[in-house]
Amino acid sequence: MISLGQLVFQVEYAMKAVENSSTAIGIRCKDGVVFGVEKLILSKLYEQGSNKRIFNVDRHVGMAVAGLLADARSLSEVAREEASNFRSNYGHNIPLKYLSERVAMYVHAYTLYSAVRPFGCSFILGSYDQDDGPQLYMVDPSGISFGYWGCAIGKAKQAAKTEIEKLQMKDMTCRELVKEVAKIIYIVHDEVKDKAFELELSWVGEVTNGKHELVPKDIRVEAEKYAKVCTTTTSLLHGISVTWVQNNSTFKVFFPHFMVTN
Amino acid sequence: MVGVEDLVHFRYYVSSKTINKLIQVHDRIFCCIAGSLADAQAVTKAAKFQISFHSIQMESPPLVKAAASVLKELCYNNKEELQAGFITAGWDRKKGPQVYTVALGGMLLSQPFTIGGSGSTYIYGYADAKYKPDMSKEECLQFATNALALAMGRDNVSGGVAHLVVITEEGVEHIVIPGDKLPKFHDE
Repeated sequence: MISLGQLVFQVEYAMKAVENSSTAIGIRCKDGVVFGVEKLILSKLYEQGSNKRIFNVDRHVGMAVAGLLADARSLSEVAREEASNFRSNYGHNIPLKYLSERVAMYVHAYTLYSAVRPFGCSFILGSYDQDDGPQLYMVDPSGISFGYWGCAIGKAKQAAKTEIEKLQMKDMTCRELVKEVAKIIYIVHDEVKDKAFELELSWVGEVTNGKHELVPKDIRVEAEKYAKVCTTTTSLLHGISVTWVQNNSTFKVFFPHFMVTN
Repeated sequence: MVGVEDLVHFRYYVSSKTINKLIQVHDRIFCCIAGSLADAQAVTKAAKFQISFHSIQMESPPLVKAAASVLKELCYNNKEELQAGFITAGWDRKKGPQVYTVALGGMLLSQPFTIGGSGSTYIYGYADAKYKPDMSKEECLQFATNALALAMGRDNVSGGVAHLVVITEEGVEHIVIPGDKLPKFHDE
């Protein structure tokens, strides 16, 4: 006799696996969707660009994952088959809402039986269509999917969500949003616990004509530069404000003796 | 926005059998059948179910292209056994009014207008000459009625009553023209 409680625990353990992985975010703007993934580099011997965490599900759909990468790869194949079968049967691109529901149903099926374990990954799906506009959905190991304007998964998801909430994404274009996404990943990255990381950026929208692609190198470099400047400024400002408060009683304001340089 | 180029479908049936050759596969999508009627009816029955299920899953009316693709898959995957061709036409929110042909072997083609059936061979010239894009509903009806009348006049296995269906965003309108009320041309 299988204890139902044990099965539900399995789902919760799966979600813990996701929370131990590094952060991935997806944000939907006026004319597209941008994904950003903080890919931790565990060894200097890794080839740059290997073990990608952003997948192409169909021409117009991208998928960013957090959690067990092997599980995520298997699910990306499932999603690709769904999209392909849909196109084969109905002659047009699969609508993202339907795709996320189908994959979520698949993920959920693995939470029903003791013979299998739930998938240990969450993922964010995004697409752009000329008529329906940009769409963003997130699926978690329990098998439910929600539509979002912005969402984050992984270890720093709370911090990332706070940053995302500050953005006025509905009024931004993809080009503006790419820089903000890079900035958020740099902000939530923990310099102390995790050392090196590679930023994976991808987008799909009017700017790419509805195709999901990795952000071109020049735009990515520019976005990373902007992100690095913002994070340095933020940490400096933190330092200044702390000093000011401490010395408030003596009515002195200390100006910084250092300049921010690019 | 009501499409100026409304869709008009014309169908006629042999007067001794009241076979309806215009099949409604969804609220705003109709299908004209040709070839072996038994095959065509079986295919449209399966297609109607699949399209209805798809529409419920999608939580929105199906695209005309999706309906035509469903028919195409059925025709192509069973091409050895079947002998049926279709004209799928309708209205959807994405692209408005559309016409698709599904040929005997399962070829799917999108066209501004199309003709089919045994009597169609006699009116290719008329249709090509008289069709122009962006016709009004009345012009479309006149074009279709004339084409039907001419085909029925020359083809020995066509005749009887003309059925027309006008599909727009607002709804579907059936027009039935009995044989004696059809326009007459010089030799009649």
